[in-house]
Amino acid sequence: MIELIVALLLLAGASFMLLAAVGIVRLPDLPTRMHASTKAGAMGAMFTMGGVAFYFADSVVFARAFAIVVFILITSPVAAHVIGRAGYFMGTSLWDGTVKDELRDNYDPDTHKLRSGYDGSPESVTPPPEPDSSDQR
Amino acid sequence: MIPIVINIVYFMLSLALLLAFIRLTKGPSLPDRVVALELIASIVVGYVGVHAIDTGVSSLLDVAIVIALTAFLAAIGFARFLERGGRRND
Repeated sequence: MIELIVALLLLAGASFMLLAAVGIVRLPDLPTRMHASTKAGAMGAMFTMGGVAFYFADSVVFARAFAIVVFILITSPVAAHVIGRAGYFMGTSLWDGTVKDELRDNYDPDTHKLRSGYDGSPESVTPPPEPDSSDQR
Repeated sequence: MIPIVINIVYFMLSLALLLAFIRLTKGPSLPDRVVALELIASIVVGYVGVHAIDTGVSSLLDVAIVIALTAFLAAIGFARFLERGGRRND
């Protein structure tokens, strides 16, 4: 029974990581590649660590595997966010079929500051809801 | 049952490593390569876990922790390098 669980967890983890690798080769631009690799890669590593925890069935090993899972769960979104932000500010070209890039109008390439579109910029799509309170940010 | 599964998993992880390496070599821009490196580190963490099951040495999990930590720090460092004055458009 334990062997079956371990085998299923290991196969699921390896499948997720293989899917992530296929996605990182096949998908067209940086954000879609990150979409494939970050989520599926972290999921595969977490499944593999679950298999390790079930195989050894020891409290120390379980604690270590759980620590790895928590660590991956914390750091993977942070790293993906930082890389995606850096890639966008570097000006990597998006895919030709990209329908909408809402970030393009709202950020300042010099100061790397993002605007929400509601704080009184002249090109804002929607006017501010209350013009009287425009100075309180 | 476990040894057969472990062989299959080794094969799949090696294939994933090869595909990620293809993206690492031909990726058109530097952030693509950083993403590929992060995926490679994630695959290596999985590799170490499977190897811990294969050999029965549970101390190898510490190696997995260190690899995950190093990959995170490398990703943060690369991102800062790209954002603060890396080469534009390599």
